[in-house]
Amino acid sequence: MIPGENTIRPIHAINWNHMEDEKDLEIWNRLTSNFWLPEKVPLSNDIPSWSSLTPGEQQLTIRVFTGLTLLDTVQNTVGVISLLKDSETQHEESVLTNIAFMEAVHARSYSSIFSTLCLTPDVDDAYRWSLESEYLQKKARDVIKHYKGDNPLKKKIASVFLESFLFYSGFYLPMYWSSRAKLTNTADLIRLIIRDEAIHGYYIGYKFQKGLKKQTESTQRDLKRFAVSFLLDLYEIESKYTENLYDPVGLTEDVKIFLHYNANKALVNLGYEPIFPEEMCLVNPAILSSLSPTSDENHDFFSGSGASYVIGKAVATMDEDWVF
Amino acid sequence: MGFVVYYSSETGNTFDFVRRLGVQAFRIEKQPSPYLLDDPYVLIIPTYADGKGHGAVPKAVIHFLNHVQNRVLIRAVIAGGNRNFGMTYALAGTVVSEKCQVPYLYRFEMRGTNNDVHRVRHLLNQFWEQ
Repeated sequence: MIPGENTIRPIHAINWNHMEDEKDLEIWNRLTSNFWLPEKVPLSNDIPSWSSLTPGEQQLTIRVFTGLTLLDTVQNTVGVISLLKDSETQHEESVLTNIAFMEAVHARSYSSIFSTLCLTPDVDDAYRWSLESEYLQKKARDVIKHYKGDNPLKKKIASVFLESFLFYSGFYLPMYWSSRAKLTNTADLIRLIIRDEAIHGYYIGYKFQKGLKKQTESTQRDLKRFAVSFLLDLYEIESKYTENLYDPVGLTEDVKIFLHYNANKALVNLGYEPIFPEEMCLVNPAILSSLSPTSDENHDFFSGSGASYVIGKAVATMDEDWVF
Repeated sequence: MGFVVYYSSETGNTFDFVRRLGVQAFRIEKQPSPYLLDDPYVLIIPTYADGKGHGAVPKAVIHFLNHVQNRVLIRAVIAGGNRNFGMTYALAGTVVSEKCQVPYLYRFEMRGTNNDVHRVRHLLNQFWEQ
């Protein structure tokens, strides 16, 4: 026997027919069936609309998308990769590599928007701006600090905050344009990104909650304190970033309401209570219906609107009758 | 006064919403079992749709509703979801409402806000009174 041989652990081939956590398969299926590439969106239809924006509005839009590209770059090359080694299952590793790749697709998509709609010197200017933007650099650095740390649960908190909170000062703008019938194809592409990020935040938040349950009560308390104070720190940066970008067009207050709403949703992804009171989260209805178009009817049954009320005899159903 | 039947996955969002409602509730389990109900109920479920809207209703809920006895007792549906899923936001409620011909009372995001909980409590009272 070769000395030390019995201490070498065998390398396992992944087996998708033996699941330890069903959530891994559920999310894998959801992510792979949602796969998309920017080429599928007819961005060039937005060329006339783009020329209707003022130079200031164009500059704002390019900067916002460059900021989003930077966050996607961080998430693709640092964030999700840093979570890999904390995986509890091999399937989780596979899901994370899918997430990392989609972040690369997102980052790449903004370049498609730029090459379709914008002038190269304007885009180059925005990339220079992104290097000098104090608050953009600061939020990326603060998140990366935890990605490079050694606490698996803090890494997941940072990741959920990036996916479910930090993107939204940027996502606001294409939703706003789309609510005014501008850049609607670009908004379609951004909605695909938003949909992906929602699954990423949900999944990583779920793995966080699973990991948290194994901790002592005092560690759990510490992590909750950490999460809330980290979120508030990021909110401070986001507020300044938002003011810098949106003050000239007078949208800052509207964007901040959207930030509160999304900050709360990020906390819920981690299993925590929201911290911003609901009266601070009353997002502009035009933005909400831009996020989920055609699903914006009021489903308050007694208000008389929404799904029609038909009393009928329940019909017989079988598995095949259900769309799934 | 009827009661609530709900489904919640391991993330517990729908469970949390129903817990805060503080009403009598019965949980549909992931593993199919032949539970058959005797009383009318309002169904509260999350949405699992993919980008095309497939798979909106959780499988365990489908198995539950495939029992005729369970299906004839459903009176209304309430669904959870996330606006970030765009057109498929809370789609499970629409699917159940159409399949079972019952009203879609309300929809909420994730665990629902406290306002959502108050509104749904009020809606359920109104609904069972009429």
